[in-house]
Order: sequence, then C-alpha cells, then structure tokens
Amino acid sequence: MAKLTIDGIEVEVPDGTTILNAARQIGGKIVPPAMCYYSSLKETGGKCRVCLVKVAQGSAKDPRPMPKLVASCRTPVADGMVVQNITSPDVLEARKGVVEMLLINHPLDCPICDQAGECDLQNLSYEHGLSTSRYEFERRTFEKIDIGDKIKLHMTRCILCYRCVFVANQLTKERVHGVLDRGDRAEISTYIQKAVDNDFSGNMIDVCPVGALTDRTFRFKSRVWFTKPMDAHRNCSKCSGKVVLWMKGDDVLRVTGRKDQHGEVKEFICNECRFEHKNINDWTVEGPRHIDHHSVISQNHYEKIDLIKLKKEVERQLEFQSGKKHLTEGNGLTQTDNHENNQG
Amino acid sequence: MEIKFSETALAKANQIIGRYPQGKQKSAMLTMLHLAQSEFDGWLSTEVMDYVASLLSVKPIEVYEVATFYSMYNTKPVGKCLLEVCQTSSCWLRGSNEIVDHLKKKLNIEVGETTADGMFTLKTVECLGSCGTAPMLQCGADFHENLTIDKVDELLDKLRTKNERSSYLKSLVNS
Amino acid sequence: MGRKLLLEHINEPGIQTFEVYRKKGGYASVEKALKTMKPDDVTEEVKKSGLRGRGGAGFPTGMKWSFIDKKSEKPRYLVCNADESEPGTFKDRYLMEKIPHALIEGMITSSYALGAKTSYIYIRGEYMYVAMILEKAIEEAYAKGFLGKNILGTDYSLDLYVHAGAGAYICGEETALLESLEGKRGNPRLKPPFPAVAGLYACPTVVNNVETIAAVVPIVNMGGDEYSKIGVGKSTGTKLISASGHINKPGVYEIELGVPVEEFIYSEEYCGGIWKGRKLKAVIAGGSSVPILPTDLILKTAKGEPRLMTYESLADGGFATGTMLGSGGFIVLDETASVVENLYTFARFYHHESCGQCSPCREGTGWMEKILHRFRDGHAKKEDIDLLWDVQRKIEGNTICPLGDAAAWPVASAIRHFRKEFEEAVMNSLELAHV
Repeated sequence: MAKLTIDGIEVEVPDGTTILNAARQIGGKIVPPAMCYYSSLKETGGKCRVCLVKVAQGSAKDPRPMPKLVASCRTPVADGMVVQNITSPDVLEARKGVVEMLLINHPLDCPICDQAGECDLQNLSYEHGLSTSRYEFERRTFEKIDIGDKIKLHMTRCILCYRCVFVANQLTKERVHGVLDRGDRAEISTYIQKAVDNDFSGNMIDVCPVGALTDRTFRFKSRVWFTKPMDAHRNCSKCSGKVVLWMKGDDVLRVTGRKDQHGEVKEFICNECRFEHKNINDWTVEGPRHIDHHSVISQNHYEKIDLIKLKKEVERQLEFQSGKKHLTEGNGLTQTDNHENNQG
Repeated sequence: MEIKFSETALAKANQIIGRYPQGKQKSAMLTMLHLAQSEFDGWLSTEVMDYVASLLSVKPIEVYEVATFYSMYNTKPVGKCLLEVCQTSSCWLRGSNEIVDHLKKKLNIEVGETTADGMFTLKTVECLGSCGTAPMLQCGADFHENLTIDKVDELLDKLRTKNERSSYLKSLVNS
Repeated sequence: MGRKLLLEHINEPGIQTFEVYRKKGGYASVEKALKTMKPDDVTEEVKKSGLRGRGGAGFPTGMKWSFIDKKSEKPRYLVCNADESEPGTFKDRYLMEKIPHALIEGMITSSYALGAKTSYIYIRGEYMYVAMILEKAIEEAYAKGFLGKNILGTDYSLDLYVHAGAGAYICGEETALLESLEGKRGNPRLKPPFPAVAGLYACPTVVNNVETIAAVVPIVNMGGDEYSKIGVGKSTGTKLISASGHINKPGVYEIELGVPVEEFIYSEEYCGGIWKGRKLKAVIAGGSSVPILPTDLILKTAKGEPRLMTYESLADGGFATGTMLGSGGFIVLDETASVVENLYTFARFYHHESCGQCSPCREGTGWMEKILHRFRDGHAKKEDIDLLWDVQRKIEGNTICPLGDAAAWPVASAIRHFRKEFEEAVMNSLELAHV
C-alpha cells in the first residue's frame, strides 16, 4: 500500500495504482479530468494531457519533485508522494493550454452535435476554456462518413483519444479501423470505406469522449437533456444486457451502456441490445438512472429538485439574458431550449 | 493483374522476416513496404498493402496505419523519378528555394505534381541529413548534393536519358 | 590538431572494407573485450570514460547500460539509433558511410557488454544507400568470424541486422524507434516502463546513438581512464560536429571537447570562417531543437568567458543566455540571414514530424507554423509575437516525448534573442498593408 496526498487530502491505495485512480478514490473536485484514459480498456491514456498534475514530492524515499507535469492516468503512485492538481497554478495553466489546443481545430458545432450535453470536451471547455478563440486560421475538416449503418464518424470533432481503436482491439476479433496519417493530419478511418461490423462495435460510440462517433439510430432524434435515462436489462446471450434506455414518453430513443460517475462503461453491451431493441417491452425497467457526471443531463427534471440551487440558476440565467455576463463565465451548463431551434 | 512479388523480391522478403524472432514478423513491415513500393511502380495501392498484410499475417488496417505514417511511402501514384528537395534550415540557408523554383519552372509543375509525361514528381521534404552539402535533393536512393541550377539541369537530362523508375531499394532487390 | 579517435583513418583508401579497416587496427576492441574482459568490465570502462550519449541528450552511457534489467530471463537487445534526423546533423551518416566497420565493431563490443545475442541498427529510410554499405560490412564481419556463432572461438555469439525506417523524425526518440522496429507507427511510448526494463518486444533493451557506440571502440582500446583525460570536466572524449550553413567549410569535424566556439567557427582546421566575407549573426549549436544564440552569446558566455564546445559551457547561463551541445548539429547564420524565416523552416519541420499522438504537440506545432508563415508572408500582427510565445510555452513540458520541447525551444529562443526581427516583420507587414 502507498499513502499519498492529492491537493492536501490523504489517501491510501494499493501499490501500482495510478495517481488518477487514487484521486478518483477521494472523489470530488480534485479528480483530474480524463479524455483518453478509460479504466475498462487496457493501455489507454497518456495522450490527451488534460489530466496532467504536478508531483511536488516523488516519494518518501526520494522526495525530489518530478521535473515536468505528469499524466496522472499513467503515473503510478509512490508512498509519501505529494500531488497537486487544482491547488497548482501550473497545472491549471497547462490544462487551460491543453483545452485550447483541443479546441483550435474543433468545429464547435455543439448546437447540432448529438453529443452535446454529455460531451467531455464541452464540459472541459466550460471549466477551463477561453471565451474566445485565439486561433485565426482555417480549421481542419474531414468528410463525415458512415462506418456501417449504425455508426457515424464525424472526424472533424475527433480529439484522437484512440479509445475506439482500443475497443476494436480488445472487444472485437477483427479491427478494421485505426489511426491513419500522422500529426495534425491524423485521422480515425477504415482507409477504404468499410463497415465496422461486429457484435461489439457500438461500444465505440459510448467510449468516444466527443461527438466523433455517434449512434445513427439516435441521430437528431432529441437533445439528450430532454430524454429520461432509465436503468434496464434483458436476458442477452452476448452481453450482460444491463443498459440505460434514453426515453421520451414511452419511446426508447437510444440504448447505451451504463456509465459511472467518471463517464466510463464498465460492462460493455452488444450491438443487438444497443440497436435492435428499441421497444420498451423488450426490457425490464429498473428505475431512473442517476447521472452523477456534471453535465446538463444531470439536471434532470424528474430528480429531486434543489430549490436553492434552482434559484441561483434562475438568477444566473437572468444575468446572462441581460447581457451582464458571458455564458462561459458560469460554472454550470445552461443551455436552454434555444438549442433545439438551432439544430441543423 | 495478380499482385505478387517477383521471385527475387519474395526471397528477399523471407530473408528479411528471418531477421526477427519467431512471431515478430510484423517487424519486417517497413522493409516489406519498401520492397512493395519498389516492385509495384513506386507506390502502395490498397491491393498491394493487402498483399503485404497477407505476407506478414497481420490485419490490413495495420498496414494502412503504417503506410500512411511514414513519409517515404506513397499511397498515390508518382512519376518515374520522384525528386525530393530538402528545404529545412541549412538547405534553405544555402538556396534550396531557388532549386525548387527552378524545378517548378523547368518541369512546369507545382510541388506535389507530376509532369504530364509521368516522368517526374516534385516533392519538398524535410531535413535529409545532408546539411553540410546543401542544397540537395534525393531521387531514389541517390543523394544529389551541393546543387546548383546547372547541376539540376544536368541531372534532369541524365534521368530522362536513363528513363528508369527511381527506387530507394533497387540495390537491395538486386543484391 | 586535436586528437582523432573516430575519424583517424577516414582518408585511408579502402577504409570502407574489412581488410583495410582491420589492417589499421580495426576490431582490436572485440578481441580485447571477448578474450580478456568480462562483460561487466567493459561497462565499467565505459563508465570510467565519462562517455555521454552523442545523440543529443548527453546521458552518461555507462549508467544507461547499468540500468539494463539483468534479472529478467528474457533476451536483451542492443539497438543502434541511426535515425539521424535532427536538422543540422549528418555526422552519423558520414561515419557509417566512410567507416562502416567502426560502427559494426562498436556494436559487437557493446552487445557483448550488455549480453545481447541479437542487435539491430535502426537507420533512417532515406539513408538506404548507407544501409547497403552497412549490410555489406556486416556480411564481411560474418565471413571473418566477428559475427555469428562463437565469435573468435569464444562462447559469445551475436547476430547483427540493419533495419531501415521509412521517413519519420520521431523515430529518433528511442521508444518511437522501438515501435517502428516492431513494425508499427512511430508513436513514442509512455514511460515508465523504460526500455532498459521493457524495450524491444518488451525485453530489456539499450538504445544508443551511432557515434556513442563507435566511441566504445577507442574506450575499450585505450581504457576508460585514458579516454576521460581527453576533453574538459564532464565533457570527455571527442565529438563529431556537423557544421553547416553560412560557413566556408561545411562538413563533419571531430573535435576534442573543449575547443573554443570561436576557434571552431573561424579556424582553418574547422569551419574556416563565415562565407562571402560576411559577419556572423547567430548559431544553432546542437541541432535544430537547441536555442539559437546571437554572436555575442555564442562566442562568450553572459559572464564574459569564452564559450567552449562542451556540454557545460554551451549550457552556461541556462536557456536565458545559453544553449546545448545537443547532437552537435552546428548551423551558422550570417548577417544577411533572417532568423524569423529560418525559424519558419524549423516550425514547418516540427509540424510535419509531430506524430500526432498527444494534443499539445499535434495541435501546437501546426499553430506555430501558421503564425510564422504569417511573419514570412508579411501578414503578421503585433499580437502574434506574444501569441507565438504563449503557444510554445503551452507545448513545452506538456507532451509525451521531447519533440514538443524540441519544437518549442527554437521558437522561444528566437523571440528571446531576436525579438527585434519579429517586430520589424510586423512593421513591414503594416507597410505592406498600407501600400
């Protein structure tokens, strides 16, 4: 076991645990964000750099600080380690920089993106982003393509987290897509237009932190925050059958795996459960899904209402409408119905 | 047309694969793609890459990923002679821009284009480690160094007369 | 004349061949090591010599060797990094092309020290003709019993192969090189684990630069202590310097570490002064990634001491007023050269060569190139200087591998020391816009 502190909070974890997972054990605001790491997929992490933290003391044995910020998702803890995340201005500055880099070529098409409301990049940019872009050049674009009849690849939105490649490597027998080209020309692709077609390919959608891979059967059906997530299950021979149904009235608009508070699916589901059972009668509904992740969908109207929070939110909205404040200055998500009208 | 290596190339391929431990034949990928490019008109079509995948017992996507990563592989057809002019620092300091401009004018093409007769493709590249003999260009395996406009003209004439496809690997296949 | 340890016989006709190389004392280190020394003795000599990695990072070689995991049951590998791609650097090509056996000999002696039974030379694909020269030299070494089974009748056996890359600067980073050697994209690995524990095929591996490995030959021959007497302080031995740009005599020079920079630039033995009778403006002393220094700071340190060609002296003053020896890629700019435009070629280079795996480098290198393109083409704005500074700062230190730093440092140093040139470019842009 190793004892360490993260932002001054002590935690004890088994040797070999990463700083990120130690932080997750503590929970709350000191947990670094993660765009590419995915605990249920081996070898993920290290690439997006949003989880960088400062190691102010390496270990009890060797108290020297680490010379550079480290990716908390891939750096193992050590006994006596002192980690700074939100208490380090360097970390916050670096994270702001990384978010800016992730956004310079991003289309910022949230109003028409199915991922809006449950997008890690959107959340990050609210928290760390600038209100304006300093990037004045033409943004990189790619053609949208269908990889099979169920999945849409919108490469322009991709942040190259590689998660979907790991899904294909680890959950399916035949990987047909990958990362092609290099540098900022790199793209997720099948090279020759080819369907990604196997029982578990749909999990690529769930692991995608942005709107690069979306469910074609749900495309433009509804903003996620207008749907009700319900835990449900069915007997399935291919997977656990444990899913979340995203409903509007009695209609099942979308089926996904169950994401935990860090936005990760621990039990991957098969394509049959995901795409072929859009009838409520196919499922045993367990009850409303609590969405812990701090995005707009957690403000679901049928969950218990916090009146004080609501009052604050209304006041904030009024301030925005009166033009006193820019939307990004707030700390919650505040999209209103207007977005639906913007849907292109 | 069936995509298949010549006997010499196939023998070479097997020899290369033998340089790596059992089960690590994927290590031969880079050389295999060089060989393939040399065998099939200087570029890698999907069919050629699929053939390489079969030779190495890997998935086709693994070959596409590699072929598109490295700058020496062409995934589109190129002219018989690929002229790669270095343009980084030391070459730029010693006049690589003039060399490129001259080639563009002389061949009547832009960088990245191929002459109408399919003879030359002009490409600018980053540092080839010939900074002490700058400016330079590479055509196939050959480095042409300390270039002047006259030397470039001479080279073009020579290549035209020779009328052979340039290859990084020619000597390997022949060896 | 300084001592020559690597290039002593460079002008000997036929030195490319085994026969002549052997006649000139070649392969003595293999005989000495295999017949009279234990593998650890060889490592000990390398430690004593003070040899530091010649590829750019300058890490003590003997220490690197001692990290190799000897408890592991897996095979060990020595991989030679011949992916010389740092702009301004061409010494390894020169050495391999002219005296291929020097590298082969170093590989055998070093592999013996590390207990490697199979070793690879990873050479950049563009050097394919050099790869052929090496292949031929290896063939000769096999024929003469210096490679293969039971070398020189000892228990030691070694297979040595050349592996050509295919165009990617990033493969000079040792873990990207290993990925590439495994037939994959050259994406650097996340560390730990380090190659000494899990390198090629997840086996213990040491990756060393060509010149580093070649230097093992004289070290074993003369002994580490003797080698360490050459040079100044912790900069021991000789170093190959690739000199290019606006000088009278570009080329590869072997120097004893400690030669004053001024002497290196102006003496007839080395660069022979600035070409066309012009004045010196700036030097990039260790390959494209190290900070550029203006004349006053490259010839003398901020303290006013003569700057020497050593790891320490070149780094004196930190990045505020110093630079690095790096790979020894010595690029000289005369008074007419534009620092901004030269920087643009570097920015374009790093943008082209970023592997794209991590976001600050993937996005930031392209951004810097685009901003610098604006300077070059006369569309720059005043704010662009600070923006450029800020972008490089957000790349530096935040990436998986050192390519991010390598892309950031030249930008930072150019702005630091030549801000005026950037400002002039902005002024010219304004005038252009006015016209």
